Amino acid sequence: MADDRELLLGLADDELVIGWRDSEWTGIAPLLEEDVAFSSIAQNEIGHARAVYERLTDDADALAFDRPLDEYRCAPLVELRLLDWAHTIARRWLYEVADEIRITALMEDADVGGLAAKINREEAYHRMHAEMWRERLRDEPRFREAVTELWPYALGVVLPAQREELAARVGLDEVAAVERGSHTDDFAPLWEEMTMVRRSAPAGAQW
Amino acid sequence: MIYEVFRRERKGQAFEHAGSMVAPDTEFAEAWAREQYGRRGESVALWLVPRGAIHDVEDWADEFDLKYRRVDGYSIKARLKEARERAAQPMARGEGSTRGR
Repeated sequence: MADDRELLLGLADDELVIGWRDSEWTGIAPLLEEDVAFSSIAQNEIGHARAVYERLTDDADALAFDRPLDEYRCAPLVELRLLDWAHTIARRWLYEVADEIRITALMEDADVGGLAAKINREEAYHRMHAEMWRERLRDEPRFREAVTELWPYALGVVLPAQREELAARVGLDEVAAVERGSHTDDFAPLWEEMTMVRRSAPAGAQW
Repeated sequence: MIYEVFRRERKGQAFEHAGSMVAPDTEFAEAWAREQYGRRGESVALWLVPRGAIHDVEDWADEFDLKYRRVDGYSIKARLKEARERAAQPMARGEGSTRGR
């Protein structure tokens, strides 16, 4: 049961943090329509995070924003501050492929199977969006380099037993994963920003 | 490629022109249109039409002033006003519905 909690917390933190990172493109994505689509997907991911946090606690906001930095369980992949579109799309695509494997496995779970299935129905559209960009950019050198660079991080999103499948789907060889449990240097400033409002709220503030 | 987007607000209603978007292919157009015109539940269906598929018709020759054929050949101002007032009653509900971000 402790393992389950850890797994779900990792999932929720991944969704929160990738939603946060992707929403950094709001207003500055390369095309207006993509800006709307990308922001909407980012919002969905944060919604998934909330739904999973709610399974773990009565106060999702507190769980999401009141933890010290080292208690976050997100994979390093989602923490990275990526400043170009090639890397952003590479991460989006790698994350969606990994997330599908993880969510599909969770759908078999007696407790959270229903929630996982619900999340999966929305992720189906995210996957379509990610695949479409991947098809578009797959021969673009900057995109390929970004995929190669992020690949060890992508492996860290799923459990070791799921990595062979991830490698097969992505079409790359398994390498040493960047595991969750420690954080990248990019995470501290992000944590600072994410938790700032609640940390600076006067005692007794109502939301 | 430019796509003209038509949306159907509710089942049974006619599709209406909603706007247009530039997209590299139908797949992108669909992904973007879903968000742009549907994410708030404001459409039940969309049509995406490549602008090239549209056949424009915009000029009518009227060299002999056949104005008796046109609506402005008759004075219908009063009758139109009446009809509008009648129409205003049941129409009020669908007006000013969900649009914009």
